[in-house]
Formats: sequence, structure tokens, C-alpha cells
Amino acid sequence: MISLHVNGKNYRVDVPDDMPLLWVIRDYLKLTGTKFGCGIGECGACTVHIDGKAERSCGIPVKEAQGKKIITIEGLPQNHPVKRAWIEEQVVQCGYCQPGVMMQVAALLSETPKPNAEKIINAMDNVICRCGTYPRIKKGIETAVQMARKEGKRP
Amino acid sequence: MKTSMTRRSFLKGSLAATGLTIAVSVSPLGYRLLNASEAKGALKGFKPNIWYEITPNNVVTVFIGASEMGQGTHTALGMVIADELDADWKQVKVRQGPAAKEYHNPLLGEQLTVASAAVRGFYDPCRKAAAAGRAMLVKAAAASWRVPENECEAIKGTVAHKKSSRKSTYGQLCLAAAKLEIPRELALKKESDFRYIGKPTPRLDAPAKVRGVAVYGLDVSVPGLHYAVLARPPAYGAKPVSSNEKAALQIKGVVKVVETPMGLAVCAKSLDAAWKGREALAVKWDKGALPQMDNDFIEKTMMAELDKPGSKAMENGDAKKALEGVAKKIKSTYFVPYVAHTLMEPINCTAYVRKDQCDVWAPTQGQTGAQMLASQVSGLPPDKVNIHTTYMGCGLGRRAAPDFVVEAVIASKATGKPVKVVWTREEDIKYDFFRSATCQRIEAGLDGQGQLIGWYHKAVAGSIMTPINPKAIQNGVDIMSLWGLVDFPGSPDGNRILYEIPNFYLEFLISELPIPVAPWRSVQNGPNAFVTECFIDEMAHAAGKNPLEFRLPLLKESKGAQRVLKVAAEKAGWGKALSEGQGRGIAQHHCFGTDVAMVAEIAVNGKDGHVKVNRVVVAVDCGLAVNPDTVEAQIKGGVINALSTALKEEVRFANGGVKSANFNDYGILRMSEVPDIEVHIVKGNDKMGGIGEPGVPPTAPAVANAFFNATGARIRRIPFTPERVLAAIKEKKA
Repeated sequence: MISLHVNGKNYRVDVPDDMPLLWVIRDYLKLTGTKFGCGIGECGACTVHIDGKAERSCGIPVKEAQGKKIITIEGLPQNHPVKRAWIEEQVVQCGYCQPGVMMQVAALLSETPKPNAEKIINAMDNVICRCGTYPRIKKGIETAVQMARKEGKRP
Repeated sequence: MKTSMTRRSFLKGSLAATGLTIAVSVSPLGYRLLNASEAKGALKGFKPNIWYEITPNNVVTVFIGASEMGQGTHTALGMVIADELDADWKQVKVRQGPAAKEYHNPLLGEQLTVASAAVRGFYDPCRKAAAAGRAMLVKAAAASWRVPENECEAIKGTVAHKKSSRKSTYGQLCLAAAKLEIPRELALKKESDFRYIGKPTPRLDAPAKVRGVAVYGLDVSVPGLHYAVLARPPAYGAKPVSSNEKAALQIKGVVKVVETPMGLAVCAKSLDAAWKGREALAVKWDKGALPQMDNDFIEKTMMAELDKPGSKAMENGDAKKALEGVAKKIKSTYFVPYVAHTLMEPINCTAYVRKDQCDVWAPTQGQTGAQMLASQVSGLPPDKVNIHTTYMGCGLGRRAAPDFVVEAVIASKATGKPVKVVWTREEDIKYDFFRSATCQRIEAGLDGQGQLIGWYHKAVAGSIMTPINPKAIQNGVDIMSLWGLVDFPGSPDGNRILYEIPNFYLEFLISELPIPVAPWRSVQNGPNAFVTECFIDEMAHAAGKNPLEFRLPLLKESKGAQRVLKVAAEKAGWGKALSEGQGRGIAQHHCFGTDVAMVAEIAVNGKDGHVKVNRVVVAVDCGLAVNPDTVEAQIKGGVINALSTALKEEVRFANGGVKSANFNDYGILRMSEVPDIEVHIVKGNDKMGGIGEPGVPPTAPAVANAFFNATGARIRRIPFTPERVLAAIKEKKA
């Protein structure tokens, strides 16, 4: 039995120790907002927060995630500046990569509340969006930064 | 979007909903609008599928048969209905319709979301259906108030009678309207009266996608769900020599190994078990049909095929004769490699076959084909096969093929369980149906005044239509493989060379290579426009003319192309000086009814061979742009996809199969490589064009032409990798 702490809830699941965290989150916890894109940590569709850091859940054996605080896209607050900015800037097309992208952005902004353009590109160059929403991802990040600043919050 | 709507529950829902329900019946003559709520008796045994319904809770629910893969069709068609119905956008919901002939796209003759055809195909029928509903609601209001209809007006989800200051919502009126007949004469709104069409409108699917609750194919959950993964051949034509089924069945959770035409399917209670079972199955394969095939072999084969006789695809004048006595002759050969779709959501499908029905949950672009094949494989009649179309993580044409549906139905039928077939990224790349490689040679000539008078064009490519409709190939000519050069006779899409060349000959040969190909965003318009737009640029320079000014007189009959070329050039500052190592290139292409021109600005690093695209200015004329925000997003997405192929993408082959496996060895354009892209929407064309694909074709040639502008060297092979860039510069110096 594996114990997991996800989005503020405790779960116990009967899965092999080496099952990637991604598939436990998706197929056992039924939190399907976290996506499978490549299985090798190259695309970022599976990004979740583990103890506050953006991590690729496809390459993490579930056993290693025990006892850690995991947040998925469903657990990122609905009024989070990144989620609101994504609507404001109409970032999504197919939308499949976006939960992972948003989780990566949320982690970036919690570390660096006002990233400059270079920092944004450096931090986001390891995600892939086949629809080509990159220009709007950039705009979305800028808008999220402004929203958080106006409200005097750290994203 | 909810996905589990069968035709039966659909109909039951509509009749029980007691609201105004507009449905259609189809015949060879087209759609006939129906009021599905009227005269239940008359509907007995008759199964209409609804397009929209208005219910007493004041909600307008629009049902759309086309798939939503990111292109924004659901929102755009929702806007069309809302506008013509005079509904309030806030009361409109959009749901995915089931597989049914009432959702066949009139431009395509089936339920298929391809060819940038969804919005332009359904625009007129949706408006008519909505205009009918509006008229019925007005009539119902007028009758209830006992006033003349022409004194009543529909405004944003209400009907108002100004004289008496009375007002009713559509929700209040829908029951009375449901008792009325569909009007014979329909009055459509004037464009100037549009409330939503033409205004940038937020996507209806964005909130669910941002929350992470939108259901894609891979997210489908069915009680008792099993999983299947396939052991597939490592080379084309390879057959299994041995496998260890016993070892696979010993893995905890594995329930069965099933033979399929695509490979051996390991079915299990979890995905993890299925993957472990596949490993244990340890299938050994023979060497396949062409074990010596790798990228070198492919390129050499296609080059050799270029010298074999082909079939005449198009001719006007006498190109051979015209080229005999020209003042100047130019001959160039181009090569575009195979590229993969690499949709972010790997291929998958879920099916549940029972004795009397079959449900398929599919991220599919082709409901008609999915239903037909699921019916054939399950042995059930098509009306017992329910296709539930999910959201899809990109489509690009790949999801129009029904192979994944077949796999899921076979696995479910063999196990008696609901089964989800899941492809890994490696399978998604290795077993893709690629955008075909193509090898082409053009020989063209200028007269003494620099006029283009003859063009002899030879093309070799894989056949797109063979797996779709082999009968459509006549005399060895596959028109879809030639889209961008020549189109089907009478096609309104105009996927052809627009240049007016007095003597033109196009010869085509289907490549014998065993590599499966399929449509890839813009189909072969992309590779073919790369060839023609680069070559036109070569001709312009041979004639000593500015590439923009060389093109315009050759496009006398194509006002749209002229318009977008001029706008793109003007907005980009065409002709303004650039610094050393920088270049500007122009290209245009017409496809799926839409004109697009682009100017690309690039910088070339002559030392390391790196091409950096700094800016792309696009002018697009798709006629009326229903949702300009989506038009902009689609064009930018098309440019980025095409830049990805121009700069990076090429499938690697080895030992008769595919060597590329994942994003670490098949590179996709990333954020740091994306230029500033400006999109200028020009409304000149009367007819609505498509928008999903036309952003692709002019991109690669605009960059290649900018490369010539920057370096004086031609690059005639995609992708423009540093090695090729350096080789081209070196060759020019020599």
C-alpha cells in the first residue's frame, strides 16, 4: 500500500512501488488533469508540484512521492492568477499541455514573482505545445504577474 | 462538453425536454429543418438529430458534430447559432453531437473534421437553422400578446414588443414556439447587424481546459475498464517469429494476449501491468520488407524515382517546347522529408463491445469512419455503434485515421471488457502516418523581357489517398499528394498554383517506399508550396526583379493573393534595409479557400549555421472571420508548426523502420525559437475560407527566401539544420 498526499487529501492505493506517479494520479486517484505526453520528462504535460517544486510526474516512481505534498492542476486554486490569466489571454487551443504548463508557470512565479523575458524563456523552454500557443503562454505569464502584483499577492 | 450522448438518449432527451428543438433531416438535396418537438406521431420511427434546443430554463444548447481539437470550431459555430438566433451569448452551451448523418459536413459528405472545413461548411446551414428558431419565437410571442409579428423584435434572448413594453425570454417562449411549424421562408440577418460574428469571443471550452477537467480520450473512465498495449513490428512489413504468451500471462493483472493486424495486444487490468506484460511477451520479429531502408536510402530512392516516367497531372500550353528557345533557363531540385504529427495526446481509444451494442470513446476527427469500422469489427450494425467524441490533444489530420478505433474494438471484443488502447509516445512517433516526403524538380524559363513563359514540374511523393479512397487515384495521379500544385476539378478550395504561367506541365509519380503517409496540417499544400514559392523566388532573381513585384503580374486573376501579398509587404516594411547577416523573404499560398502571405525576417549565423527567425508578418484573407481571436491563434499556431518543420523536424529511419522515438530525438519548436508573429486579417474575399491550415504553407518558403536574401545562398532541403546551412553557404562561395 502506498500513501499519498494530493491536493490536501490523503489517499491509500494498492499499486506497485515502481509505478510512475503520473499513472497513479490519473488512473487511481482519477485526477486526469495531469497529462501523459512523453513518459521521459521532455514535454512537461505531466508537471505537478511536489513540496512546492514543479516536477515531471511521469518519471517519478510512486514510492518516492510518499510523504510529500503533491498539488495537481485540480488543486491549484481556481482564483490563482495563472488560471485567471490563462482565461484572460485565451491561451488554450487543444489545451492538452496546458495543465502542465500552468503548473510550471505557477512554480516559476512563486520562486520569481516578476521574471524578466529571459527568465521566462529559460524557465519555459522545456515544455512543448504542439498547437503553438507559445506567444499566448508568454502573454499569460505577463498577465498573471500583473494580476498578482495588483492584488499584492505572491502567486 | 459531455460525451456520453447516444442517438437514443439524444432523441429521448429532446422530446422530453419540452422546449423548442431544431433538428434536421438530410437527403441528397441537403438539410431539411425540423421542429423535433412537434407532432410526436409524425416522428415515430424517424430519427432526427438535433442541432440546438431551447429549454424553459432559458438555456440554448447547441450540438455540434464536428470535433474540437483546439481549432475553436465549437465556439465559432456556437457564435453563429447565437447570433442568427439573437440569443444571449451567456445562455449558450455547446455539446458534442454523436455520429450521425445529420452531422455530415456538406463540403465533405461525411462527419469528418478536416480540410479546415468545419466552420465554412456549417456556416450557412447553422444560420438557417437559427433563423428558423428566431422566427418561431417571435411568432409565439406575437400570438401570446395578440400583436402583429412585425411589431416584435428578438433581442439577446428575449422577444420584445416596444409599443406595449412587453418582453419574454426565450425560455418563457420555447414551449409555445415548439408548437409552431418551421417557417418556409427564412430571413437572415444582415452582416452589419451581427452581434457576435466577427467579434473576438472567448472560447467556451477554455474554463474546463484551464481547470483540468476537460475530458480527452486518454481521460475516459468506464466502470471495469481494462487497458491494452500492442507489441508492434520494429520494421515495415515485419512478421512475428516468436513470442512468450505464457510469460506475459504470468504478470499480475494481464488477462489476455490478442492478435491484431497491427501487432499483439496485451490486455490487462492496469496500464502498468499491460506494459510489463508486453515486455514479458518479448516478441521477436523478422527483418521486414526493406531492412536496408534508412534516411539515405529514402532520399536516394526518391531522387532516382524523380528520373522515372510519371503521369501527367496537369498541362496547359506546351512547356517542353516553350523551354526550348528561352532566354534564360533555371532548374532546381527540392527535397522535403517525412515529418511526424506528434500530437501532445498520444494516440488512444476506448471501446466496449457487448452483444447488442458497441460504445467507442474516441478522440477522433472522423466519426463516420470510426462508426463504420467499429461496426465492421464488432459485427454490429452501425446504428448499434455509439461514437462518443472526446476532446483531443491536437489533431493535425492524424486523428482522421480510424486505426486506433479498430485496435480498441478488437481488444474489447476479444476480452468482453471495456478496453482503453494506449500508445506510448514512442509508438505515437514510430507508427505514425507521416506527412509525406517529397522530391521535386522544376525547370522553367524566362523570355528576353524576364517573363516567365514555361514551367516543367516533376514531383514524387507518397500517396495520401491510397489508404483513404484508392479509387480516387486515376492514371497514377493522387490529387491530395499534389494539393498546392493542382486540386480536384471544380474544388472550391483552390489548393493549386495560382501563378498564370502560359506553358505549364506537372508530372507525378507515387513513391514506392513502404512508409505510411496521411494528411498533416494543410496536407501536401505545405511541402508543395515550399517548392513552388522558393522556386518563384529563384525565378524572380533570375529575372532581376523584386520577388514581390515579380509575383504580382502573375496573379492577375487572383485578387485575394495580390491583396495579402501587398498587405504583408507593407506591414513588414518590405524593401527597408536590414543589417548584415539578416534577410527578409516573402511567400504566399492559397488553400482551403483562404489566401495567406507572409514576410519572414531572419538572422543567419554564418559561423555556426544557426538560423534565427526574428519576425513573421502575416496577412490572411479568409473572407468573414467568425471569431477573429481564433483566426489569429490558428494562424500563429500554423506558422509555429511550419517553422518547426522548416528548422527542426525530420523523422529518422533505420533498419527498415522508424528510429525516431521521442521528443529527445524528434525535436519540436520551443518557446525560445518562436519569433514575433503579427497577424493582419484582411477581409476581401466574399466566400468564407478555412483557417486551421492555411497558416502553414507560406512559412517555410518565406524563411528559405529570407535565407537567400541574407546569404545569397539557396537552401532547397528542409529542415534548415546548421549543417545544411553551412553547406549551402560554402557551396555558394565555391
